[in-house]
Amino acid sequence: MGAAVVILAVAAIAAAPLVVSTYHALLMLPFMAYAVVLLGLNLLFGYTGLVSFGHALFIGLGAYTGAFLTTHAKIRSLELILITAAALGALVAAPIAALCVRYVKIYFGMLTLAFGMVFYTFVLKFYRLTGGDEGMPFLRPSLLGLSLDAMPKIDYLVGPYYYYSLAVLALAALAMWRIVHSPFGLCLKTIRDNPTKAETLGIGVTRYRFYAFVISAVYAAVGGALLGPPTGNVDPTLAYWTHSGNIVFMTLLGGFTSFFGPVVGAFVFIYLQNWVMSVVPYWRLIFGAMLALIVIVAPEGLLGLVSRRRAVPAARA
Amino acid sequence: MQRIFNLACGSFYALGAYAGVSAVGWYVGAGGPPALFIVPLVLAGLAVGAVGFVVERGLLRFVYDRDETFQLLMTFAIVLVMEDAIRMTWGTAPRSTAGLYLAYGQIRVLGATAPVYNLIVILASLAIALAIGWLLTRTAFGRIIRATADNRDMAEALGIDMRRVYAKVFTLGTMLGTLGGALVIPATAAMSEMGIELIVEAFAVVVIGGLGSMRGAFVGALAVGILRAIAISVYPELEMLLIYLIVIAVLVVRPRGLFGAAEA
Repeated sequence: MGAAVVILAVAAIAAAPLVVSTYHALLMLPFMAYAVVLLGLNLLFGYTGLVSFGHALFIGLGAYTGAFLTTHAKIRSLELILITAAALGALVAAPIAALCVRYVKIYFGMLTLAFGMVFYTFVLKFYRLTGGDEGMPFLRPSLLGLSLDAMPKIDYLVGPYYYYSLAVLALAALAMWRIVHSPFGLCLKTIRDNPTKAETLGIGVTRYRFYAFVISAVYAAVGGALLGPPTGNVDPTLAYWTHSGNIVFMTLLGGFTSFFGPVVGAFVFIYLQNWVMSVVPYWRLIFGAMLALIVIVAPEGLLGLVSRRRAVPAARA
Repeated sequence: MQRIFNLACGSFYALGAYAGVSAVGWYVGAGGPPALFIVPLVLAGLAVGAVGFVVERGLLRFVYDRDETFQLLMTFAIVLVMEDAIRMTWGTAPRSTAGLYLAYGQIRVLGATAPVYNLIVILASLAIALAIGWLLTRTAFGRIIRATADNRDMAEALGIDMRRVYAKVFTLGTMLGTLGGALVIPATAAMSEMGIELIVEAFAVVVIGGLGSMRGAFVGALAVGILRAIAISVYPELEMLLIYLIVIAVLVVRPRGLFGAAEA
């Protein structure tokens, strides 16, 4: 039943550009990019029990990697950009993770927030490299070696780029599914539920947290790189701490207790934000109230509500 | 003190700033003497601090028993709401109390000129710091607060009404935030982003000083202020970067901060 829903959802996303308006199809692009980011973030949040308030760092890193490669290094291949972003994400995450995973809960959150802001300040201040607060253009990348510069921008985005993003998301989800259902994933869950017990069972708690952090950073960097082409520009707000907060919000909205919860969260967040902004300019007011409500009454998010409703009749039977 | 890391303190600061601008604007419009503009400023700062009570009763009290992550997210929700609430009320353009900054004139100290208003603010913050110190260490209420911070269950078992303590402490904290925002306003302009900007600085201050330590917060604030001033004059690009690097260094070496309590 679960597999059927997933196949249906993928088919729906694949068919979307043919059915819905171009405008809504374009909104799917950031959704897919964020979905990749959140799959990674949730390995840390939902599966390892560590909430990062600094993952915008890796989104920014991925996005700026793409922007830098396309404008300064004349590298336009998206495959190469994604691989570089992933590698850089891992490289930057390694020392940060090594320090951060020594702490849990609030200290972990604060330390990741501080690292995120270091990167933000770096991006903002070293404008010769990064363009400062104006950001940098992210030139249209070529896909699978095909230069598509001649295509009109919209056709490119809802056509080849759309399906490319979908393929990346599908691959990322598949890989993450394998990770969380491997012995490694089980160890992470054990660590989340009872670190002391995990330690006595011979699981290297710090080492496993470290791996989870680095993997989540790689996902965030890849997702970040995918965010660039739709707007054609990257700017420092991608790395700001409120952006880190927003992605945690998305995860919570969909539900951190389930594998696809964060993906649903990203979808709902982006479309709801878009809709609210078309009605009133104050989306933060409404989203803030929504977040407060989720924290108080439904900490397991939307999918948590669904599974709770399903669980009740089952319990009676 | 409540063991809640409040991301929203910057938002309260911004709220105080806007309230200060409005109060002073109204005061000047009503023809009050410029020399006394600090009175409506302080009153406005204190008055909007009451929002802290609403926030505590309406939102925060539901998450005391939850994981710290949810507490953090709750305060993040407040950040989002407050930012737009301020935009709705005061618009997006920066607001300032033009001209009043120098209403008290300037004085020369050690060969440099400084507006007298800056001195007033420095003295006021010293007085507030001393008052808070007195409240925490010398009064019954202060003892209750500290006991609650140390061991909430035990304090409750001894017959202390936790709900009232939390409501009071949070409101007091909010008032200090809004008052701070109001006091800074003659020297700068109120902007809707100032809340989320300030939080990272406040965060640096608290981390360097140590969570839950008043003395630490004071020293931390001093350290951050001086370091920023030095960095600006030496190598401006490094200004905030330096602060964060120090925060990280402190967190790594002494996660409880320079003045934080020892690991329990």
